[in-house]
Amino acid sequence: MGVETEFGLVAYRNGHAVLGPEEISRYLFRPIVSEYRSSNVFTENASRLYLDVGAHPEYATAECDSVGQLLTYDKAGERTFHQLAIQAEQALAKDGITAKVYLFKNNVDSLGNSYGMHENYLISRELVLKSFSKQLLPFLITRQLLCGAGMIKNGKFWLSQRADQVWEGVSSATTRTRPIINTRDETHGDSHKFRRMHVIVGDSNMSEPTFVLKIGSTLLLLEMLEAGVKLPDFELRDPIAHIRDIATDLTGSTPLTLRDGTTVTALEVQEATLEAAKAWLEQRPDEGTPNEEFSRIIELWQRVIDAITRQDYSGIDTEIDWAIKLKLLSSFKQKLATDWAHPKLAQIDLAYHDINPERGLFYHLQKQGYAKRWTTEDAITAAIKSPPQTTRAKLRGEFLHLVRTTNAEHNVDWVQLKVNRPEPQTVRLLDPFSTADAAYDELINYVTEHHGNC
Amino acid sequence: MSMSKQQNIYGSSQQEVTNAEFDSLGQAEIDGAGTDELLDEIDALLDTNAEEFVRTFVQKGGQ
Repeated sequence: MGVETEFGLVAYRNGHAVLGPEEISRYLFRPIVSEYRSSNVFTENASRLYLDVGAHPEYATAECDSVGQLLTYDKAGERTFHQLAIQAEQALAKDGITAKVYLFKNNVDSLGNSYGMHENYLISRELVLKSFSKQLLPFLITRQLLCGAGMIKNGKFWLSQRADQVWEGVSSATTRTRPIINTRDETHGDSHKFRRMHVIVGDSNMSEPTFVLKIGSTLLLLEMLEAGVKLPDFELRDPIAHIRDIATDLTGSTPLTLRDGTTVTALEVQEATLEAAKAWLEQRPDEGTPNEEFSRIIELWQRVIDAITRQDYSGIDTEIDWAIKLKLLSSFKQKLATDWAHPKLAQIDLAYHDINPERGLFYHLQKQGYAKRWTTEDAITAAIKSPPQTTRAKLRGEFLHLVRTTNAEHNVDWVQLKVNRPEPQTVRLLDPFSTADAAYDELINYVTEHHGNC
Repeated sequence: MSMSKQQNIYGSSQQEVTNAEFDSLGQAEIDGAGTDELLDEIDALLDTNAEEFVRTFVQKGGQ
């Protein structure tokens, strides 16, 4: 699996914007361009760092095979961009511009323009498309109850930032409307065996437990669908119609209309999926994400459902982004004796997502013990420097290290490793989970023979 | 149904919120130095001009 995150980027001086997005992103990427002669690169941990459409800095994690691992690589991306932001501030100062660079890991700007985080899951070609409407879509539109990032809008608190966008159910196009699920045959892998499922309805998460719950719950459902586990049929008449309602109902009671005209609540969809996941955990082979980790994810999932059912969030308000944020905002709302429209609350809503660990509000809460962790800073630091050892990212990382230290001209993408001289030699790694390959070994020998060792 | 208990939001004791109406949270009193201290720390991290900070943040839409 992998996760791509688009960040918001702005620079302030005395509270006002300084420089446009294109200029700031040039400063931000300067160290990258100077080292790699490109603003679209694989970093040393085999993840991808680049400037996306509309000057969004973007980070796509290397391929991971467990939820906890994916968390560390997602956070490694934040730390990497934070370092670049610090360097950008120094470069700006040298150019006589005093400014503070902010990178936000969120999904909306002040005008309501949206950008996102995208989840990629590898699924087998056999996975039946109709399970998407019966189980996957209903799960994904109600998943915001578990892992929304929270947002103030139109005088209300919403569970999710992404909910208020134009969505489609399933589609192969990613142009005007946004499909919640996008399955692509052009996979970064063997298209005879795999398809890539792209999910773009999720919010960007600051909280580590929330991120893990988002990915983990989805992965459990996908595993169950692949295994043919019997799951309730929640096919909805009009799935997209409900997304905004679910986002503004913190009791989880939004009635969703099924194909036969009966209704089910948003919370019931999550409850049913959780019950099935508990049973699945009993029989699931202990591979990929460890069962031990999944059992903690399931425990958290249950607590979120309990909290929403009882309308008492104190049991989850250090672990779920929207609940952590709601608590912070409510405290200020009380202190200021005001309503949701107060500009200070909007400022807190945004600054919660500042990825600067010394300045961002989420990070302050985490440091002071008001937001729990799931991993450690040491694990994240290790993830910045080296790729996952249990997927093909390991091979890409090793190859990159070799060709960069020996200055061998090369081209690399998610599947392909190529050295250009003396003769072009290409290896395609079609299995994202394979960490050994004979052709790869030959390529390494070739490079070492002609370009030396590192 | 009205709020029956005060909520000590960041203090040492947590009490149940029994009401589903969120606006009613505004009626609870903040109790304890813990909350005030945290809110002051948060304040110190924020730019003074809240409106400008938010309004300035404009990005083009992504995917």
